[in-house]
Amino acid sequence: MSTATHSLPRTIGAHAVLLTYTAIALFPVILVIMNSFKSRAGIFGAPLTPPTPKTFDLIGYTTVIGQGDFIHYFQNSLVVTVASLFFVLLFGAMAGFALSEYRFRGNTMMGLYLALGIMIPIRLGTVAILQLMVASGLVNTLTALILVYTAQGLPLAIFILSEFMKQVSDDLKNAGRIDGLSEYTIFFRLVLPLVRPSMATVAVFTMIPIWNDLWFPLILAPSEETKTVTLGAQLFLGQFVTNWNAILAALSLAILPVLILYVIFSRQLIRGITSGAVK
Amino acid sequence: MAAETRPKRPIRWHIAVFLAPAVLVYTAIMILPLAGTLQLSLFRNIEQSQVFVGLANFRTLFGDPNWSAGFWNALRNNVWFFIIHMLVQNPIGVLLAALLSSPRLRFAAFYRTAIFVPTILSFVIVGFAWKLILSPLWGVAPHLLDLVGLKSLFTPWLGKEEYALTALSLISVWQFVGIPMMLIYAALLSIPDEVIEAAECDGITGMAQFWKIKLPLILPSIGIISILTFVGNFNAFDLIYTAQGALAGPNYSTDILGTFLYRAFFGFQLQIGDPNMGAAIATMMFLIILGGVCVYLFLIQTRLRRYQF
Repeated sequence: MSTATHSLPRTIGAHAVLLTYTAIALFPVILVIMNSFKSRAGIFGAPLTPPTPKTFDLIGYTTVIGQGDFIHYFQNSLVVTVASLFFVLLFGAMAGFALSEYRFRGNTMMGLYLALGIMIPIRLGTVAILQLMVASGLVNTLTALILVYTAQGLPLAIFILSEFMKQVSDDLKNAGRIDGLSEYTIFFRLVLPLVRPSMATVAVFTMIPIWNDLWFPLILAPSEETKTVTLGAQLFLGQFVTNWNAILAALSLAILPVLILYVIFSRQLIRGITSGAVK
Repeated sequence: MAAETRPKRPIRWHIAVFLAPAVLVYTAIMILPLAGTLQLSLFRNIEQSQVFVGLANFRTLFGDPNWSAGFWNALRNNVWFFIIHMLVQNPIGVLLAALLSSPRLRFAAFYRTAIFVPTILSFVIVGFAWKLILSPLWGVAPHLLDLVGLKSLFTPWLGKEEYALTALSLISVWQFVGIPMMLIYAALLSIPDEVIEAAECDGITGMAQFWKIKLPLILPSIGIISILTFVGNFNAFDLIYTAQGALAGPNYSTDILGTFLYRAFFGFQLQIGDPNMGAAIATMMFLIILGGVCVYLFLIQTRLRRYQF
């Protein structure tokens, strides 16, 4: 490879730029988490230093846990995300399999029809979605959110999964057919386990926008019972504008679960992006 | 393939079974409501019933000064929002990806992971965290500027009409720079070594190699990133709503189409919500996004040469 071109100054320069940008990317996150463990005096007196025994204080966290119904919101978010993810992956894989495995009339048209949703955001249909949910009595239910997010995630999932399913060897599937397996068994027993890595990629891509969405919870399910953690945090932050301890603690509580999940799955996510499925 | 033998079978029900759930949910929750929204924009609620009014809602939107001023303001802001993303986010993304992809760079995985962190955070967190940092109350931003001797430059950016939109665009850039970085990084990694080696044999190295060899090869990825940015920007809502509220203050200076649609549809404070006007604005957004996608598909993508290795 190009060893000769890589001189020391250039390497140092590259590291300097990357380190600077890494600092810019992480600074706000670290700042918020760091200050959430401080007393009010510590937050304002020395915002840039880590908590010392003198400034260490958990008052923010006790306020948040005492006031907001965060555990409940958290459950709602979890239910919505997991259920939508399950349906997106199951339905997406099934449709992707049908599109990549069988030749039938209208296959290309069906593929294009399902790919429309990649470019056109579902948000533009909100007016009619709300009417639909009102008419079917689903407003302020988690079902409404699950349905919307399933529809939102499907186009990209189908697109990526059918690309991957094309790579599954035909010999394997035909061997299964000769052994008398039904098409359903071939799909569930042979193909699905083989595309598991790409399913994980799709899962991460689908999950982040669902967990972080504010628009649909705000419009379809704003009631106390069905608030998601994103909406809950938004309203909580609005109410406690002057209580900096509580705000910083709430922000940290909202950051941490996502951050932990990300650190666990980042390898999967980055491999998924760089594997070329979304080039 | 067994495909040749299959058409003899009468109806292959399993294909329908495999497709049905996805097609049903997608059609019912996405396509029909989209069509329904477009249709609603041609109706108006008169005495508790929907009456077909043709293009009257659009005439109101563009003709009534109350509406048209808001719409053009939101559109102008949205265009500026998009321009900042294209000028700042994508070049930074390309630069970071080019540095990351240099061979035998240490800690590349760490940089990659760290720079992508803001992208996974929700708008609520991002909006609020930056609001706190830029707040003159807390003093983090002036303090930092003071360290480099630029304290005099500080003003409460989010509170000033002339800076607020740019500040928010840059916050959004901060959040999403990871996406162009990753996609370009992937494209750079897929350039085969032979091409690079051939370039080096011809004496093209360093910056010249990037501009003359690598950049033309990653242009298709830059095209995709541009259209993703376009769709994302003209559909944005959450960040503005979180940081500045539905009124997109100060004095509507950060109002973009998403917040404009929200206020028209739901109403806010003195304004009464009007689903039909909301639908008309959504239709305009649909046309803008569709226009962008068409420009990309028919003008840009067909002209970009794709290299097959």
